[in-house]
Amino acid sequence: MSKPQVAIFDLAGCEGCQLQIVNLEDSLLQLLSLVDVVEWREAISNHGPEIDIALVEGCLEREEDVARLLHIREKSKILVALGSCAISGGVHQMRNALSSLEARQITYGNNGFLKHLDVHEKVQSLDQIVKVDYSIPGCPIHRQELSYVLRCLALGRIPFIPTYPVCVECRIQENLCLWQQGQLCLGPLTRAGCHATCPSHGTPCIGCRGYSSDANPQGLRQSLNRYHKTPEEFEHHLNLFLGSSLEHAHA
Amino acid sequence: MPKSFQIQIPHITRVEGHGNLVVRVTDGHVEKAEWQVVEAPRFFEAFVQGRRWDEIQAVVSRICGICSISHSLVSIQAIENALHVQVSPEVQKLRSLTHASEILQSHILHIGYLVAPDLFKAPSVIPLVENQREVVQKIIELHRIANQWSDLLAGRTTHPITLIPGGFTRTPSLKEFENLQHDLSTATKLTNQIASVILSVAHQIPHFERETEYIALQQPGQYSFESGQIASSDLPELTPVENFESVTNEYVTNQSTAKWARWHRGAYAVGALARYNLNHKFLRPAAAQLAHQLGIKSKCINPYANSLIQLVECVQILGDAQELIDFFLENPHPLNRESITPRAGEGVAAIEAPRGILFHRYQLNDQGICRSANLCIPTNQNHGNLQKDIETLLPQILHDDQESIRQLLEMLVRSYDPCISCSTHFLNIKFIDS
Repeated sequence: MSKPQVAIFDLAGCEGCQLQIVNLEDSLLQLLSLVDVVEWREAISNHGPEIDIALVEGCLEREEDVARLLHIREKSKILVALGSCAISGGVHQMRNALSSLEARQITYGNNGFLKHLDVHEKVQSLDQIVKVDYSIPGCPIHRQELSYVLRCLALGRIPFIPTYPVCVECRIQENLCLWQQGQLCLGPLTRAGCHATCPSHGTPCIGCRGYSSDANPQGLRQSLNRYHKTPEEFEHHLNLFLGSSLEHAHA
Repeated sequence: MPKSFQIQIPHITRVEGHGNLVVRVTDGHVEKAEWQVVEAPRFFEAFVQGRRWDEIQAVVSRICGICSISHSLVSIQAIENALHVQVSPEVQKLRSLTHASEILQSHILHIGYLVAPDLFKAPSVIPLVENQREVVQKIIELHRIANQWSDLLAGRTTHPITLIPGGFTRTPSLKEFENLQHDLSTATKLTNQIASVILSVAHQIPHFERETEYIALQQPGQYSFESGQIASSDLPELTPVENFESVTNEYVTNQSTAKWARWHRGAYAVGALARYNLNHKFLRPAAAQLAHQLGIKSKCINPYANSLIQLVECVQILGDAQELIDFFLENPHPLNRESITPRAGEGVAAIEAPRGILFHRYQLNDQGICRSANLCIPTNQNHGNLQKDIETLLPQILHDDQESIRQLLEMLVRSYDPCISCSTHFLNIKFIDS
C-alpha cells in the first residue's frame, strides 16, 4: 500500500499549530514512515497530484483566502481543520464584534482604507466555505492528538476526539476545582483532549477547544450566582474563544 | 549571463506568514526588486480592545506561534507598568529563565531546520536525516530539551499558561529545577557539538555587506534580552522604551499588509545581528569565543551572519540560564504572586524576542479594560531593511546564473529568520525568460 500524501496549508493564523508538528521531534520521523508530506508551504498553483490528507490551519479574512481554500478542497480527498482558527476563527472571531472598517482603522489608521488591506466583513472558519472532514481542536492543537489523528487516517480508521468536557480530564488529574477557588473556568463547557492543561497549571480554561458535544452554557449561566460571578463576566470570558462558535459545536 | 529575466518567489517563507519576492531585470538593469508581505491582516490591536488586564496575555500570545512567550512577557510587563505593580526580583529571574527557553527553541529551529540545509546544500532537512544523521539527531534532541524547558516553566511551549501579571500560576519544584539543570548541561554539550559542525561549513555563508542602522535593547554590563533602553548604532545615547514610537516610525506601504519601520535611515535592522553589534562586549567568554571562531568581527554588517550569531546567542543564553537555576537551587523559597487592583493607566514595555526588539503599549481604563494598544513586532521592523538588502545585493550578483541568484535571495530572506521553518519546507520559484 502506498503511503498517503499529506499536505499542510495555512491561512490567517499564528502558525503555532504547524509548529506542533515540528515539536513532535523524533516521533515526527516515525510518523513520516506512515505518510508522505508532499507539501508544506509551497505555492498552491504548482503542486501536482491529488492530496490524500490536507491539514489546514488558520481562518479566512480575505477573498484570496477563500479562493485558496476552495482550491485546496478540490485537490484533497480528506480535509482536516487544524486548530481553533480553522474550526471557529479562534481569537480572530473577536473582531466580528467590530465592523471591518473599524478594525482596519484601529490597526492601520487612515491607511486602513488602502485596497490591499481589504478584508471580509466577518472572519470565517473553514466549514463556512467548504466541507471539513475532521477537526483537531485547540489553540494550539495538542501535538499527540495530531499524531493520533494522522495515524488513524493513514490506517483508514476514524479518529476519536473526546465529546466530553475538560472537567472529566481535570478530575483525572486530581486538580482542585477552580470554580471552588473563585475562578471563572470554562472547563464544564469545553471539549476535552488537552488533559486539562490550563487548570492543571492553576489557570482557568478559556474554551480554546470549542464546545463539548453536550455543552450547556445556559445551565452554567444559572449557576453563576452561587459562585458570585456576574453574567457580564461570564459572557466576556466566553467571548475569547466560544463567543460565536456554538454552531460549530457538533461539527 | 542573464541579461533579462524575472524571478517570482511566491509565499517565500514565514514572515508574519506570507511573503513574496518579485525580481525583474531587463537588459542588465534591475527594474523591480520587491519584497512583498501578503499575509492576511489579523487586527490584534483592534480586538484586544475591550479585553481585561488579566486576559490580554492570552490574546496577544496568539500573535505568534513561535515567540508567544515573548509576546506574553512583554504584554505582562506593560500591564504591570500600567497598573503600578512591581514584581519581586525572583519573579523577574524566573521570567528571564522562561524567556531563555524560547530563544533557544526558536534559534535552534531556525539554525537546525532552515539554515542547515542551505549550508549542506540540501533542499530540506529531510535528506539531511540520511546524510547527516548524527547532527540532525543532536538538533532534534536540543530542540526537545528547549521545548521541555518551556513546558516546565510556561506550562506549554506555544501560548504559555503560567505567565500572568503579578507572577506565575505555577512554579517548578526543587527537584524540577535540578532536573532542568541537568538537561541544560546536556544542552550545552549538544550546542557545542552542533557548533563544531556549523564551524566546518560556516564558510558557505555568503559574503555580502551593507551598512545599516541596528536597534536593540541595551542594559550596560549585560547582553540583554529583557531589560534596558533602546540603543541605536546611529546614536550615542539610549532612548527610553516609553518613547518607542519615535524609534519605529511605522508606516504603511503598498507592497505589504504589515506595517514597516524606519528611523535615522530608510530602514533599520533588529534581531541577533543587531543585538550582537550593540552588545557583543557583554557576551560571556564562551559565546565570544564562538563568535571569534566563526569569524564574526566586532562590527558585522553581513545580514547572512544573523544565523551564525543566533548560534552564539544559544551559548550565551544557556550560560545565563544555568546561573539563574543555580540561584533558584540556592534560594528554594516559594515565589509570591502580587495581588493586583485594576486602575486606569498606560504601560509600555520592550523585550528582545528571538527575532528582535518587540514593543507593546496599552491604555487601560479604571476597570483595567484595554482601551487601546500599539504592538510593534520585530519582523515588521526588518521588512524595510530586507528590501534595502535585496536592492543592494541584486546588482552585485547579476552575472551569476539564475540558480545562484535564486539561492542567494532565498538565503537572504531566511537569514532574517522568517517565522517558522519546517523539516519539509521548500520553495516554489519560477524563472520567466523575457
